[in-house]
Amino acid sequence: MKDFGYTVIKQRTIDYDQFDGRLLNEVLQMEPSFKVCLSCGGCTATCSANDLVSFNVRRMNLLLRRGETVELESEIKKCMLCGKCMLVCPRGINIRNVIMLIKKSILKYNPVKS
Amino acid sequence: MEPTTFIWPFTIGLLFISCFLVIIVGIWISSLSRIDKSRIWHNIFTRKSLESLREIFMESLLHRKIFRKNAVLGYMHMSLAFGWFLLIVVGHIDACNHFQSLSVPAYKAIFFRFYISEAATTLSGKILAASMDLLLVFVLSGVMLAYFKRLNSRLFGMKKTTQLKIGDRIALSSLWLIFPLRFLAESVSAGIHHNGSIISQPTGNMLATLLPIHLFEMPLWWAYSGSLALFFMAMPVSRYMHIPVEVVLIFLRNYGIRVKKRISGFSRIQVYSCSRCGICLDSCQMNHAAIKDTQSVYVLKHIRNRNITDEKLFNCLLCGRCQPDCPVGLELNDLRITQRIESTKEYNSSYEYLKNGKVAVSPQTEVIYFAGCMTHLTPAILKSMKEIFALAKVKYWFMDEDKTACCGRPLMQVGQYEAAKKLIEHNRERILASGAKKLVVSCPICYKVFNEDYALPGIKVQHHSEYLLELMAENRLPIHKLPMRVVYHDPCELGRGSGIYHQPRLLLDEYTELVPMKNEKEASYCCGGSLANIKIQMNERNQIRDNVLDEYLGYQPDILATACPLCKKTFAKSNKLPVHDIAEVIYMAIQQKNISIAGEIKDEKVPKVEFWR
Amino acid sequence: MKHIVIIGGGIAGIETASALTDAGHWVTLIEKDAQIGGKLNNWSNLFPNFTPVEKITDELKEKCRRKDFSILTNTEVNSVLRNKDKFSINTSDNQQLEADAIVVATGYELFDARRKEEYGYKIYDHVITSADLEQLFKSGEKLTVAAGKIPKRIAFVHCVGSRDEKSGNHYCSKVCCITGVKQAIELKKHLPDAEIFCFYMDLRMYGKHFEELYREAQEKYDIQFIRGRLSEASEKIDKSLLIKAEDTLSGRPLKMNVDLLVLLIGMEAGKGTAAAATSCSIGCEESGFLQTADSFLQSNISMQDGIFLAGSCTAPMTVNDTVLHARSAAQEVNNYLQKTR
Repeated sequence: MKDFGYTVIKQRTIDYDQFDGRLLNEVLQMEPSFKVCLSCGGCTATCSANDLVSFNVRRMNLLLRRGETVELESEIKKCMLCGKCMLVCPRGINIRNVIMLIKKSILKYNPVKS
Repeated sequence: MEPTTFIWPFTIGLLFISCFLVIIVGIWISSLSRIDKSRIWHNIFTRKSLESLREIFMESLLHRKIFRKNAVLGYMHMSLAFGWFLLIVVGHIDACNHFQSLSVPAYKAIFFRFYISEAATTLSGKILAASMDLLLVFVLSGVMLAYFKRLNSRLFGMKKTTQLKIGDRIALSSLWLIFPLRFLAESVSAGIHHNGSIISQPTGNMLATLLPIHLFEMPLWWAYSGSLALFFMAMPVSRYMHIPVEVVLIFLRNYGIRVKKRISGFSRIQVYSCSRCGICLDSCQMNHAAIKDTQSVYVLKHIRNRNITDEKLFNCLLCGRCQPDCPVGLELNDLRITQRIESTKEYNSSYEYLKNGKVAVSPQTEVIYFAGCMTHLTPAILKSMKEIFALAKVKYWFMDEDKTACCGRPLMQVGQYEAAKKLIEHNRERILASGAKKLVVSCPICYKVFNEDYALPGIKVQHHSEYLLELMAENRLPIHKLPMRVVYHDPCELGRGSGIYHQPRLLLDEYTELVPMKNEKEASYCCGGSLANIKIQMNERNQIRDNVLDEYLGYQPDILATACPLCKKTFAKSNKLPVHDIAEVIYMAIQQKNISIAGEIKDEKVPKVEFWR
Repeated sequence: MKHIVIIGGGIAGIETASALTDAGHWVTLIEKDAQIGGKLNNWSNLFPNFTPVEKITDELKEKCRRKDFSILTNTEVNSVLRNKDKFSINTSDNQQLEADAIVVATGYELFDARRKEEYGYKIYDHVITSADLEQLFKSGEKLTVAAGKIPKRIAFVHCVGSRDEKSGNHYCSKVCCITGVKQAIELKKHLPDAEIFCFYMDLRMYGKHFEELYREAQEKYDIQFIRGRLSEASEKIDKSLLIKAEDTLSGRPLKMNVDLLVLLIGMEAGKGTAAAATSCSIGCEESGFLQTADSFLQSNISMQDGIFLAGSCTAPMTVNDTVLHARSAAQEVNNYLQKTR
């Protein structure tokens, strides 16, 4: 195939005007404690899944808040739900419920199915 | 007297409910797995059927389990169930005796007093008639108590009583009306025709002096028949389905059929067998966090009505405290997990990375130590176990020292069985490859899943409390008693979940002054930290924990001992009472002997023992 | 002459006592320990300019000597009874004191780092707190770890027992960020070859010269700052520690072996302040610190007339702020006594 010199790259700027907040709002409504994340990374540091595969729990919050649903869907599946992160979280976020809610709701909002 | 039209409501109702029951029970049983069906065929003509009949008599009629909980509550249930049962049986005998026939239609027995023109003349007739009067009063006393219970449930040893839905209201109202109406109808007929017995006749005579009773006779018999019909018609949508379905349940259960994490005819039978007595409400600790709509009785109702929400289904600690209390013996935890499996089945993870990732080769070993994810956040437990292994000269492989998959149990608690299988498979291969004979586990959550779901032939799975007891019995650990009052908190997954009550107590008894408590073993509390509840908020968990701690503090212990890193973390957070795992306590006791600081301990106030250093 | 009883002989108590004596009142200071000066006695140098603590404590003690107020050491308050405008105070050695006003200056307690079990304080040998480190500095002993080894790599953990739902303390203790920076620099001065890391969630350099000190730490002392909260530590056979955190700015988990781990422990209201809240019937906030009538103009006024608050019993405070708060407490007491005359 002829290369025209264009490649599809991920948009570099977060275009917040294009942001679809439905998934985020649904998760926050069902689990309000998720609002108070201060991105300390304690969850990622202690994560059992993270020992075996590259998986950053803390980033789930950012992916959700920036509308990166495709990546979120593939990442969220890595969680083993062991609950260690909840024993570490300085804000007492109910992280396991957040994971379960995203896993469930993303089926509704993510049009991309592998 | 000849049949009159008022028998029709009753007859139609009875036909309706009989057909309904035959069809629905038929559907349920036909949907059972082939194995379960063969269980029925193999057992139906054995002693198990007789045992079931005995159980039905003891539990469905006499309500022995409710009696044990509270005598008044037991009497209420017994008078209604057993009383009504006897009314039907004795009523039929009475009718058969009177008509000198063995095939008396149901309506003639149920409305017997309407069909006789004079009081019984034979001795047997007189005795039967008097018994019927007394039985009716017996049932009426139960109805009176039921009225009373709605007004004040505390008298019945219950703090809470269930809320009713419309179908239940109709059924309940008609049930409460049946017996007073029958009594009035029989008394009025007795007043007119003098066909009553020891209670209905005087009542009828008295009514006759006060009222123009002949005007009331037919309306009352109509009302009695109507209330019976209404009860039968409302039954399929009411909780009173439990009366017939519980009978089926008892047979099937005795044939060895269980829920087994699968929605099936049997799980429907269990759900319909819930009488919504509400006894499970009182033992539920969610009350301490003011959560009052997620208890087993409500969740079973929603499952039955197929309108269960995740918010209710997952707002439960799965501590299992309600299960021993259930008078019907329902598998409350498994029913809830079954529903959780159903409602999360569309988003199980596959954990492909476990296959792709390189896993360290298992070393050959006799003993594996698996601390569990949580235990890595309680290094005092880890350190104690390591030191004790060294002291007892045990060579072991610390399997999850780093980079190990979760045991899978936390996934199972929220219904993700398919996902859990992947983790189980992965860990199981590693365990088997080591050639170990023993797997020592520090976390009860892991312990339960290793024991029940891993299929590890030739490997003995032990919680560290069992293992330490064994080491002690083999004289491999020095024993020295600590002068400390200790209360022991049973972790849910270890106690009710796995039946390990005695080993930790035997150990603590040897090494400390163990103080017995009221709510322990089967009745023990949950710490509030349970992973099974994914909906509960942190402040609610804290409320549940504080309630438990306040009770423990009443025993004035020096420390609280437990056997689970999660319980330890949950309790330690409150800072009200020093809390230590059983492994730490044992190690502390051993150390005390080795470094002989016993003298210092007595002099110090609180805490008596400085941990480490 | 009006009599004022001050509960607590730390910086706040001494400073309030001194100011009130200057204003011509009769003051009695009650201190539970054998000596006055409070927690400051256990510290070595103060941020942000490494002033030796003795410079402050000596001056405070000198004030006590010079001025005419009575000090009851080894004494605690049993009960406080109000009779209209008077208070009668019963002490642990059964003295009965009559007072026209009370100043609560009971201070704070350091967070017990054992409550963050995952960091291994008192479980692992080489995990210490910021307070332990100050003691080490004060003793002048050479800092060594296992088998006399000089630590090569040291990590500081910020927010231990502060901003942490798990510790039950949601608030910021205010002083630990800058304490960490100060101690990191001091350690680096002692051990020029050591690598020093600070693990922080946010660095709150709000005070005068704080930000400058932070800059100096980076510029002159090569202190490295990693944004991520430590989740746990584990001990290796050689007694070094493996710590886990996420380097949140690069978005990747981080593991590191260190020879020494210093926990920057926060402030809690503590038992003394809780006892004062009970005996004086003044309210506590959710944090455990004492409630003030308002946080702008009446930060020394308690919920009871005639009872005043000074220093870190109301909130975590630096030495600076405590001195100022104590002086304003004295002013408030003075105003009150003038009115009730």
